Amino acid sequence: MTLSWYLVLAAILFTIGAVGVLVRRNAIVVFMCVELMLNSVNLTLVTFARATGTLDGQIMAFFVMVVAAAEVVVGLAIIMSIYRTRRSASVDDVNLLKY
Amino acid sequence: MDISPAQGLIAASWLLIALPLAGAAVLLLGGRRTDRWGHLLGTATVVLSFVLGLLCTVQLAGLDEGGRSVGVDLFTFISAGDLDVHAGLLFDPLSAAFVLLITGVGSLIHIYSIGYMAHDPGRRRFFAYLNLFVAAMLLLVLGNSYLALYVGWEGVGLASYLLIAFWYTRPAAATAAKKAFIMNRVGDVGLALAIFIMFAQFGTTSFAGVLGSADLLAGGIATALGLLLLLGACGKSGQFPLQAWLPDAMEGPTPVSALIHAATMVTAGVYLVARMNPLYDLTETGQVAVAIIGTITLLIGAIIGCAYDDIKKVLAYSTVSQIGYMFLAVGLGPYGYALGIAHLLAHGFFKAGLFLGAGSVMHAMNDNVDMRHYGGLARVMPITFVTFGLGYLALIGFPPLSGYFTKDAIIEAAFAAPGWQGWTFGLLATIAAGLTAFYMTRLMFMTFFGEKRWKKLTSPDGHAYHPHESPAVMTAPMIVLAIGSVGAGFFLTQGHRLANWLTPSLGELLEREGPLPAATISTLVLVCSAVGVLVAWLAVGRRPTPVERPRHVSLPVRAARRDLYANAINEALIATPGTWLARFLVYVDNRGVDGVVNGTAALLGGSSGRLRRLQTGFVRSYALTMLGGAVLVVAGLLAVRFV
Repeated sequence: MTLSWYLVLAAILFTIGAVGVLVRRNAIVVFMCVELMLNSVNLTLVTFARATGTLDGQIMAFFVMVVAAAEVVVGLAIIMSIYRTRRSASVDDVNLLKY
Repeated sequence: MDISPAQGLIAASWLLIALPLAGAAVLLLGGRRTDRWGHLLGTATVVLSFVLGLLCTVQLAGLDEGGRSVGVDLFTFISAGDLDVHAGLLFDPLSAAFVLLITGVGSLIHIYSIGYMAHDPGRRRFFAYLNLFVAAMLLLVLGNSYLALYVGWEGVGLASYLLIAFWYTRPAAATAAKKAFIMNRVGDVGLALAIFIMFAQFGTTSFAGVLGSADLLAGGIATALGLLLLLGACGKSGQFPLQAWLPDAMEGPTPVSALIHAATMVTAGVYLVARMNPLYDLTETGQVAVAIIGTITLLIGAIIGCAYDDIKKVLAYSTVSQIGYMFLAVGLGPYGYALGIAHLLAHGFFKAGLFLGAGSVMHAMNDNVDMRHYGGLARVMPITFVTFGLGYLALIGFPPLSGYFTKDAIIEAAFAAPGWQGWTFGLLATIAAGLTAFYMTRLMFMTFFGEKRWKKLTSPDGHAYHPHESPAVMTAPMIVLAIGSVGAGFFLTQGHRLANWLTPSLGELLEREGPLPAATISTLVLVCSAVGVLVAWLAVGRRPTPVERPRHVSLPVRAARRDLYANAINEALIATPGTWLARFLVYVDNRGVDGVVNGTAALLGGSSGRLRRLQTGFVRSYALTMLGGAVLVVAGLLAVRFV
C-alpha cells in the first residue's frame, strides 16, 4: 500500500472541512470543520514524515494538536457567550462588525 | 570724486540724523506722558540739527575746494563673503545745501505746527512723525551710498504715509495715504532695480564707487540706470506719469503739505538726478527723458492748477509744476544741474511760505479749503496777506523776487538746448510761466480780494465764520519764509554763488549760446506772466465770484477739474486690468490649484468608500476570501515552480 492513499484521504478530508466552513451556518459545525482541516493537515505531515524517514513532521503534528486544543478552548468559550446573549449559534447572525 | 576723511564737527554729522530720530523715538515710545512737552522736544531736536548743520556747513566752506567732499564712515552694515557694505555719510556742498533747507524750513514748520496743531489731540504723534520724517530725509541726502539713500527714501515714504493719514478716521485721508504709498512704491521699484544693477556692475553702491567708475559702463546699462532712477524720481517727486498722488496728499495737515509735499521730500527726485550727474552725462537718452518728463509735468501741473477751487490743491499742482521746472533743469545736464537746485531751494522757501499761509487762512476759516467761500481776507489777516503775497510774487517770477532769478535761468537754459529741444522746452516752459501767473493770481483774488463771501455762509459745524489773524507762533515762521522768498533767489544766483558752491558736487555750471538773447527771453517770460495776471484779473478779479461752483463749463476746464483724466487713465490702464488679473488668478487658484488638491482627496475618499463595502460582517465571505487567496498563492507557487 503506497503512501499516496494517505495523501488522497487527507485531501478529501481537507476539502470536506473547507466546504463545511464555507457552507454551514452553525458555529459548532463550522468549528468541527476547522478541526477536520487541521487533522487532515496532521495526516499529511505524518505521511511525509514516514516517507522521508524523519521525525520533523511527527513533531509538527504534536504542535498542531496542542495549538488546536488551545484554540478549541477559546473558540468554544466565544461560541458559548455569543449563544448566551443572542440565543443563536449561527455565524451569519454575528455580523455587527462591518463597514 | 575724491572723498576726504571727516574732521572736527563734520565727523559728528551723524548727530544731524540722530537728534530728530531720538526725538521721534522718545515721543513715540514715551506715549501720553510726553503729551505736555512733546511738541517742544520735537521742535528743539530739529532746531539743534539746523544749528549743527549750519556749523558743519561753515566748516565745510572753510576747506579748500578740492577737499569739500567729506566722508564719515559709521559702521559695517552688511558683511557677507565678498560683499561688504558700509554705512556712512557724505557731507559735500550738495548735501549741505539740502541739510540747511530741510532743517531750516523744517524748524520753521515745526514752530508753526505748535500753533497750528495746538487744539489737536494727536499733536505729540504729529511731532513724532515730523521728527521721523526729518531724520529720514537727512539720511536720504547725507547717505554716502545708494543703499543708505534708499533707506532714507523709504523712511520719508513711510513718514509721508503716516502724516497724510494723520487724521486716519477720515476715509479720504486714509485713501490718499494709501494712494501715495502705492504710487511711490511703483517708483521705488525703479530705484531698487537700479541699485541691483549697481551691485551687479560695480559690486558696491557707494557714490564714490558708482560715480567714479561710471565711465566704464556700457552705454545701454548707463541708459537703463538713468531711466530706472528717473522712474524712482518720478514716483517720489510726483512727476508725470506718477503725479496723481501728490494733490491727494493734501488731505494731511497743512504743515505736512508745506514741509513734505512742497519743500523737501518731493524734491528728492531732483536730488537723485543731480547726485547721479556723472551717470546722466553719459546717457543722452536719460537726460532728454528727464527733461521731457519735466516739461510735460510742468505743463499739466500748471493747466490743472487753473481749474481747482481747493486752495491746497491749487498749491499742490503748483508744486507739481515747479518740480517739473527742476526736472527740466537737471535734464539739461551740466547746463542746468545748479539751476535746478537753485530753483529747488528758492521754491522750498516760497512754497513752504505759501502753504503755511494757506494753513493760516484755513485756520481762520474753520478748515474750509474752498476758495469760493473766501474773499476779502486781506483786511482781516494782514500778516498772512503780506507774507502770502510775497510768496505769490516770488512764485510767478516778479522781479526781483526769488522766482524771477531761478525760474528765468531755467527757461533761458532750456531755450539754449540743442535742436528741437530748445524751442520745445523753452516755449512750453514760458507758456507754463504764464499759466502759473494766471492760477496764482486767481487764487489771490479769490482768497484775499473781492466781497467777503464767508459772511453769507455758515461753516459745516454750524457756526458763523469769524476770521482772525493767526497767533504769533504761526505768523513768525511765515514772516521768515517770506523774507526767504524775497531774498533767496537773488542771494543764490548773485554771481553764481550757489553754482560755485555746488561745483565740487555737480561740476562747473556751463552756459551755451541760445537762439535768443537772455534779455529777450526774460522779457518774453515777464510779458507772458503779465498776460496771465491780466487774464486772471479779467476773469476773476473784475467780477464777483459765484459761491457755487459753475457746473456748465468748457471742455478744457472740465478736463482740468478731473486732473486731465490722470486718475481715469490710471484706473483704466492699471487698476482695472490689475483687478481682472487678480480675479483671474483667484479663479485659477480656486478651480485649478485647489481643484487638483481637492480632487485627489475626493478620489481617495470616494474609492475607499467603495472598497469599505467589502467588509460585510459575514464570516463565511471572509473565509471564502481567505480560501481564494490561499488558492492564488498556491497556484502562484506552482506556476513559479513548474512553468
